[in-house]
Amino acid sequence: MSIQLKINGKIHDLDIEPDAPLLWVIRDEVGLTGTKFGCGVAQCGACTVHVNGNAQRSCVTPVSSVVGAEITTIEGLSANGLTPVQQAWIDHQVPQCGYCQSGMIMAVSALLKTKPHATDEDLASAVTNICRCGTYPRIRNAVRALANEKV
Amino acid sequence: MASTRRMVLLGGLGTAGALVVGYALWPSHRLELANAIAAKPGERFINNWIKIASDDTVTVVVPHCDMGTGIFTALPQMAAEELDADWSKVKVETAPSDSVFANGPLAEGFILSTQNMNADQIPAFLRGTVANTFRTVAGYMDLQVTGGSSAVRATGVYGMRIAGAAAREMLVKAAAARWNVNAADCTTKSNRVLHTASGRSFGYGELVADAATYSPSENPTLKPKSQYTLVGKSIPRVDIPKKVDGTTTYGVDVTLPNMLYAAIKISPVFGGKLTSVDPGAISGRRGIKKVVHLDDAVVVVADRFWRARDAVAELNPVFDNGANGTVTSGQLTARRSAALKSGDFKKDMTTGNGADALGGAHLIEATYTVPYLAHATMEPMNATAIFEDGALEVWSGTQDGLGARAFIAKTANIAIEKVTFHLLPMGGGFGRRLPGFFNFLEHAVRTAMAMPGTPVKLIYTREQDMQHDYYRPNVTNRLRASVDRSGMPSSWVSDYTTDAGANSEAHIVYKVDNQAYRTAKVETHIPVGPWRSVEASWHGFFVESFVDELAHAARKDPLEYRRELLAHSPRHLATLNLAAEKAGWGTPLPAGKGRGIAMVESFGTVVAHVADITIGPDGALKVDRIVSAADAGMTVNPDGMKAQIEGAIIYGLSAALNGEITIDKGAVVQANFPDYEVVRLQTCPAIEVHLHESDAQIGGAGEPGVPPVAPAVANAIFAATGIRVRELPFKNHNLTVASR
Repeated sequence: MSIQLKINGKIHDLDIEPDAPLLWVIRDEVGLTGTKFGCGVAQCGACTVHVNGNAQRSCVTPVSSVVGAEITTIEGLSANGLTPVQQAWIDHQVPQCGYCQSGMIMAVSALLKTKPHATDEDLASAVTNICRCGTYPRIRNAVRALANEKV
Repeated sequence: MASTRRMVLLGGLGTAGALVVGYALWPSHRLELANAIAAKPGERFINNWIKIASDDTVTVVVPHCDMGTGIFTALPQMAAEELDADWSKVKVETAPSDSVFANGPLAEGFILSTQNMNADQIPAFLRGTVANTFRTVAGYMDLQVTGGSSAVRATGVYGMRIAGAAAREMLVKAAAARWNVNAADCTTKSNRVLHTASGRSFGYGELVADAATYSPSENPTLKPKSQYTLVGKSIPRVDIPKKVDGTTTYGVDVTLPNMLYAAIKISPVFGGKLTSVDPGAISGRRGIKKVVHLDDAVVVVADRFWRARDAVAELNPVFDNGANGTVTSGQLTARRSAALKSGDFKKDMTTGNGADALGGAHLIEATYTVPYLAHATMEPMNATAIFEDGALEVWSGTQDGLGARAFIAKTANIAIEKVTFHLLPMGGGFGRRLPGFFNFLEHAVRTAMAMPGTPVKLIYTREQDMQHDYYRPNVTNRLRASVDRSGMPSSWVSDYTTDAGANSEAHIVYKVDNQAYRTAKVETHIPVGPWRSVEASWHGFFVESFVDELAHAARKDPLEYRRELLAHSPRHLATLNLAAEKAGWGTPLPAGKGRGIAMVESFGTVVAHVADITIGPDGALKVDRIVSAADAGMTVNPDGMKAQIEGAIIYGLSAALNGEITIDKGAVVQANFPDYEVVRLQTCPAIEVHLHESDAQIGGAGEPGVPPVAPAVANAIFAATGIRVRELPFKNHNLTVASR
């Protein structure tokens, strides 16, 4: 069965089941591996992508639910060079192993779009992604800097 | 013979540097091998791990794997410092998994010369690695381990600095010969050798061919610390830019032409054997290529991972669990209690009159327990393999590239030369991917061998990853102390359960005249392994909780009490005092809040944490702030060091608050993050890290921040509530006012 998805502005006609998980379609069918598999049950957020600009956990998203939507992955976010969020991640030396950071950056980018002056509390309630290396203090600092810049 | 070589090393402890250096630097035939394996056009190895290109670029080849600890910056910093290289002209590469680039000799030199160890005492982080190979030189030479917080301490101190300094001397020699001047009249700066008197200079690239013909000095002159321009600076990490745009390729991201995907269902009961499986349940499903029967698991190979995963979930394999299919956590607890009660101890260490000194004076006793813990790296275990014409090519992230290659050869029963191993960055390690703990490699290799000619990527689901880990052991420790009239301990007796041997991390740094440490062995079928900070992760909790209990029993301030016991060790005292001062120890806290302190030395680094906590009216525990002080001797990259301590605090806190793997019907109960909860932004305290420098030998960075976390929080809970938590995790305890 053919399903049409728009990922990073490009249309893909894919011969896949309607209930195929978006994460694995992005990774295995489309070949974009920046979006990560962490838990498979929408708990850890490593698989976070944007669907029409909103952060969404792709591991439990059936592709049938995002037909016609604008899907953006970390590769799409970076298409025109680093975004301010990514630059802040470098400035604050956020990543350690880095595996969760695609998802973190996607989640934080979506938050700052709706709340440019996000507080620590806004961040903590909106971004529930897991980082096992423990980069949260630096994520907090990076977001504080981004939120203050825009004041 | 191995023992002879070790005796030489041990015999030369007074001048260990020179001897170890002798092992660290390559003879010229190894240079040629290295050039053949890892030099690109225009590049040339000048000695171990250092390549110089014709455009003067210096490339440092790091014999480790990246798991996010910053060693791909810190180690090249150490080499570049001694080489007088311009950091903007330094590149970094991962060493190939070839014995030419082993780091074992460095680790051995480091272990033997810094820890007063003999060859029979192997540090815990290397035990899995060397259990069967330590006694042969060849086996040990083939280590390429990243673990034990050892990269900077071993590879950096004994390898990178020496290689950089020796390379610099060789380049100077080559330049002096060309100019026909004294080497002593030449200096080096920014990848050039200068002859100041004549104003002439050569770039390193122009000299490397000549320089490589000299034998590297085994004892090159190292820079004094006062001349450092790179070491001690917070140079931004070289691996970070590729970790913010999704371009770092981890093991799970490997993509090969015609690759298939595999999902696995391993016997839930450890040690269980696959008896039968009916593939009927998945017949006709799209994309399924093969059902592979392994000794302990069934694997479904498909054209896409989600199809393999969904299919294997439909299978109902039958396993023979032997005698282990009914084991519960309750039974294991009973086994540990019985072992401690039996009195059947093996002596670990005794000082003074040991356990005989107990009694007479006032006796204080407490028993503590920590649970099994999973590593739960963000990247679930995985490996990709192709078996073709009797040879294997494998891609994975592991904490020992050479060890992985040897393991694969053994698993497949083929010569090691028939194995190519591609070492990839790891989405978290924490000890999970050390050698000895390679179930994922074995499963991937055996699956690939059932599909000759086809590359297969096997990925554990999170559930398989969590239920087929090698767990931080479940340990119980009975501690007893006799105290004098002022409440200070005169004897300290520690009886602890163990899955393996004695734990050197049980030994205290506090001054107590009579000490005894004894082990009680407990047999289980649960696989255990090193978990970030290994033995210190449990003994840190036991010792620092008990010292706090002694302080309260003596009606003394826990900080003052520790100070009294540390009068002999200025380094520990300074670290403890720094944490206390920065945390405002002694300033009053409102009701419902508590403050606790703990200090542990592990992996050569002393770390003290002060935890501030709040207990809500409903008994909810919130950790508000952790203020930390760390002394690693000298710090190579201060910001990187701080990041490691921050991360260690959070890793330790996740475990202390919620971490618990329990056993039912012989299998792990927890399967995924909802039931193995970890710290998130919402529960992450404010963290401050302060670094202290001392003359001590360089210590580790990745692990030493973990052990003091749990006891600092436990001691804060006691300060706030009077409730002493002796069994982790905290979530299992009622901390409400009514329960006091």
